[in-house]
Amino acid sequence: MVTQPEHVAEQPEHMVRFEAVTKRFGDHVVLDELDLEVAPAEKLVIIGPSGSGKTTILRVLMTLERPEGGHVIVNGNQLYHTERNGKLVRARERHIRAVRKNVSMVFQHFNLFPHKTAIDNVTLGPRRVLGLSKDEARERAVELFDEVGLTDCIDKYPAQISGGQKQRVAIARALAMRPKVMLFDEVTSALDPELVGEVLRVLAELAEHTEMTMLIVTHEMRFAEDIADRVVMFDEGKIVEEGEPHELFSAPREERTKTFLRAVLDRD
Amino acid sequence: MSPVVGSPVLAQGRGTWDWEFAWEILPDLLRGMWVTVQIAVLGMGIALVLGLVLAIARRSRVHVIRWPVGFVIEFIRSTPLLVQLYFLFIVLPQSFDIVLPAFTLAVAGLGVHYACYTSESYRAGIESVERGQWEAATALSLSKADTWRTVVLPQAVPRVIPALGNYVVASLKDAPIASAITVGTVLGVADYIQSRTFRSMEVYTLAGVLFLAVSIPAAIGVRYLERRLGNPT
Repeated sequence: MVTQPEHVAEQPEHMVRFEAVTKRFGDHVVLDELDLEVAPAEKLVIIGPSGSGKTTILRVLMTLERPEGGHVIVNGNQLYHTERNGKLVRARERHIRAVRKNVSMVFQHFNLFPHKTAIDNVTLGPRRVLGLSKDEARERAVELFDEVGLTDCIDKYPAQISGGQKQRVAIARALAMRPKVMLFDEVTSALDPELVGEVLRVLAELAEHTEMTMLIVTHEMRFAEDIADRVVMFDEGKIVEEGEPHELFSAPREERTKTFLRAVLDRD
Repeated sequence: MSPVVGSPVLAQGRGTWDWEFAWEILPDLLRGMWVTVQIAVLGMGIALVLGLVLAIARRSRVHVIRWPVGFVIEFIRSTPLLVQLYFLFIVLPQSFDIVLPAFTLAVAGLGVHYACYTSESYRAGIESVERGQWEAATALSLSKADTWRTVVLPQAVPRVIPALGNYVVASLKDAPIASAITVGTVLGVADYIQSRTFRSMEVYTLAGVLFLAVSIPAAIGVRYLERRLGNPT
């Protein structure tokens, strides 16, 4: 496999590619030689039981966990490796940062910066990483607050707003980086049930109108069915089954998928 | 340091309080107190900055930085300030030909000594910042410097202000030790006057009162800072 240089501008065939990626925590294999490809603008939903490793896929892509084996390619560029003298070697932090700029992530527990107001949370990345001026970053942030329906929360601190509002600020913060790939890690799991709807509405809207590639880990099956182009059922570090949402939810082929869906849908 | 008062003639009426004598020695004690405050303030200035550098260095992924820093911190925390000051004052000139003014050595000694304590406070503050905050910084692709400057330290430092404040007050009380290396701190001045006059009551009582006069406002100032910076919302 040959890496492409960072300046490649044309759209690659795959926006995200995992090639035999292995991640272990001690003896526990979380990703077992995972192969996964995500097309540009594709909305991929990953489902599976807790502890199956689905969040780790996102965390590896966000460089929050470094895999022990395999290659991760984002927008045509190796994420963890770089080519030197015709050989792939471990990439330096600078290379990783440059490739990582294509990716942004929304976390289960929001992870907003509590000492900054909502708008400062959103403008921090564009100002410090993308080099926008204060006014440019603010303009971009205000537009995003409008999109996620939070114009009245702009100057509030995270402690002063609800969980649903916090998560929408977190979505705005990730979007402000204008990433090519957005990762959503169980973004409604930490919310009170009555606040889930407002966040899912924002995500559905986003999925419909954006050209961004989205990888979404969720337990909200109906939402997954609505917005996904493709659903991947993941368990014990491997892809059990994948397919179009309607097909996978209504007629799963694998026994493991059937059991999982039965358990989750019964609970709903 | 050259206190001029304290003539043996005044060494009369031992055991009773002599207001005239107290009044006479006050300017010298005040000068000594001023030197003491300078040592404490400059020393803590070093300690607050160096402590932060040490705390960050101790978290380095590079062993050759992390291990020596950890060793130096533990070594200095395990030895008395007085021994460290003697080392700077006696060993440096004798063995390394490094001769520095005693005042400079006192400031440096106190600064490095307290830096090792403040670094531990900073470390506790840094460790109290949730992992999710670091991860959010990574997800925004912030550089390491920006992550520290805009995300981690603004959360970590306010949380350790009470501990740092206690060190500020403690350093003020430790600063007189510098009289052991000939710096004219309030204690040095007091000892000198006492040795000349053989009167101790006024000398050490006044020295104590001067300390109170400085350390109580310092403690109040620290509490004020805690309230101002402790809660950003």
